[in-house]
Amino acid sequence: MANPLDQLFVLLKQWLVALLPVGLQPLLSMVLSAAAIIAVFASLFAVTTLLERKGLGRLQNRLGPNRTGPFGILQPLADGLKMLTKEDIVPEAADQVVHFLAPLVMVVPVLTAYAVLPMGRNMVAVDFDGGVLFFFAVGASTELSVFMAGWASRNKYSLLGAMRAIAQMISYEVPLVLASVTVVMTVGSLSLVRIVQSQSGYHWGWLARWHVFTPWGLAGLLLFLIAAAAECNRTPFDIPEGESEIIAGHLVEYSGFKYALFFLGEYLGMFAVSSLGISLFLGGWEAPVSFLTWIPSYVWFFGKLLGFISLFIWLRGTLPRLRTDQLMNFAWKFLLPMTLVNLVAAAGWHFSAGWSFPGALAWRWLFSAAVVGVPYLALGHALAGRVHLGPRSYRYAT
Amino acid sequence: MSLLGVGLLKGMVETARNFVGSYHDPSRLTTVQYPEERLAPKENARNFPFLVYDGADSERGLRCVACKICEKECPPQCIYIVLERDAKGKPQKHPKVFDIDISVCMSCQICVEVCPFDAIKMDTEFELSRADRFGGLLLRKPDLAKPNVHYHRLHPTEAAEVDARLAAEQAKAAAKAKPASPPPPKPAAPTIAPAA
Repeated sequence: MANPLDQLFVLLKQWLVALLPVGLQPLLSMVLSAAAIIAVFASLFAVTTLLERKGLGRLQNRLGPNRTGPFGILQPLADGLKMLTKEDIVPEAADQVVHFLAPLVMVVPVLTAYAVLPMGRNMVAVDFDGGVLFFFAVGASTELSVFMAGWASRNKYSLLGAMRAIAQMISYEVPLVLASVTVVMTVGSLSLVRIVQSQSGYHWGWLARWHVFTPWGLAGLLLFLIAAAAECNRTPFDIPEGESEIIAGHLVEYSGFKYALFFLGEYLGMFAVSSLGISLFLGGWEAPVSFLTWIPSYVWFFGKLLGFISLFIWLRGTLPRLRTDQLMNFAWKFLLPMTLVNLVAAAGWHFSAGWSFPGALAWRWLFSAAVVGVPYLALGHALAGRVHLGPRSYRYAT
Repeated sequence: MSLLGVGLLKGMVETARNFVGSYHDPSRLTTVQYPEERLAPKENARNFPFLVYDGADSERGLRCVACKICEKECPPQCIYIVLERDAKGKPQKHPKVFDIDISVCMSCQICVEVCPFDAIKMDTEFELSRADRFGGLLLRKPDLAKPNVHYHRLHPTEAAEVDARLAAEQAKAAAKAKPASPPPPKPAAPTIAPAA
């Protein structure tokens, strides 16, 4: 609390708010928080597009963009100018209003989701009791925007792409929520601030009490990550867009600034869901070891966020795209059972907290790990046995 | 029994190796920084046709006799030829106009294959962007005429074969025509170096 560097932005905001008459202070407080969130995450989007293009290049033995400015650092600016100056075409038969609203419905709810995410000690726009619930409720509106985009374009390929995207997003919403529920269950609160607080303190005086350092937490984080990648249409689950096969799915009829808004929404969604993962499993803004607590909390938060972004870029540079049937099989036959089993593991961990006989911690670990690990091995074996590699057979075409 | 997810990790290790390796091992980089660096030209590369001339005069030295075989064979019909005639209307075995619209040309090389005089060959010039996409991409006779030296530089093996064949044909024709008057000046003897 006392560290002024840690509370730099909080103090700055308090000072700015105090300049105004009392009646206007709550309004300014809200505006400042919103402005900070929009500015920071929009610039993070610009940085991420550059990191992604450079990183993907290096992952594939290429240089990546290097023409705009030194080492191509002005590439986001060039991309942005290109997007803004492109002609904004609306199909003649399209539903003009819905076609216009779809990108806004994509971006605005995602931005509101940031309100409940704690980005540092005392740095949260709204300390909302139902934070996790609010996040998922608002996050689900991206599905609406995708369908609006597909429907309003009045293009059958757009509509098919949108339906495929909806099927994927709804399928993966279930494991995403179930993976998060473990944490809510253990902490006993839906408030993200409370969830981060519950992970404060250090085991044996140095290792953070993050949920990821428990068997169910580790499994939960991995399941959450997989579902999150599918939820924000990242490779290997990017068939809704699928640039190389189905051109752009629901984005077929979008160009110029609206297309850029969809991109912004997708990336903001990725940051938001990564931030949620960090808050749930990786202790939010807490330092991982007790002797690094002198580093400001927001540095930890954004460091972890950049780590997540790098992981997503790395995955994109590595994995091929899944087919729709593989995608659905994976969601319903693997992710869903695993998240349910993980709930049992978390419950076991939670209710065995009172054990006090010698070696209790080892037994808790063993029990919880076995509950997750055995089904993982069994499912992996069962699902892998059914993979048929070889030429595909067709029923009607010969 | 293979553990689920091992293949994924193997793939990620591979790309991580690329990521690190591309920084300290330039030989891993598969791309060329085009305007500054270029790949060495390939002998069999081709894109648009050009007209070969012998000697130094790009007008008199043209091998083309305006027979219009290429014009008739060209699938997209991008070649336009007008035969040159003297004051009395006598054909001159020389093109007055020879245009190729390279915005239409599909680089099929059929004109090269059908030409009985080895007068048209494929160029490798590819930096052809123009401000005017109609006039700028319509190549006229002076743009198309290029010396035999140019042909030798682009496709050395093929050009040497063509020169040998033309020289043999000319020798044969000269031997046949010896009793009569001296051979006409066209087609001139193919020479690699300009006569000047």
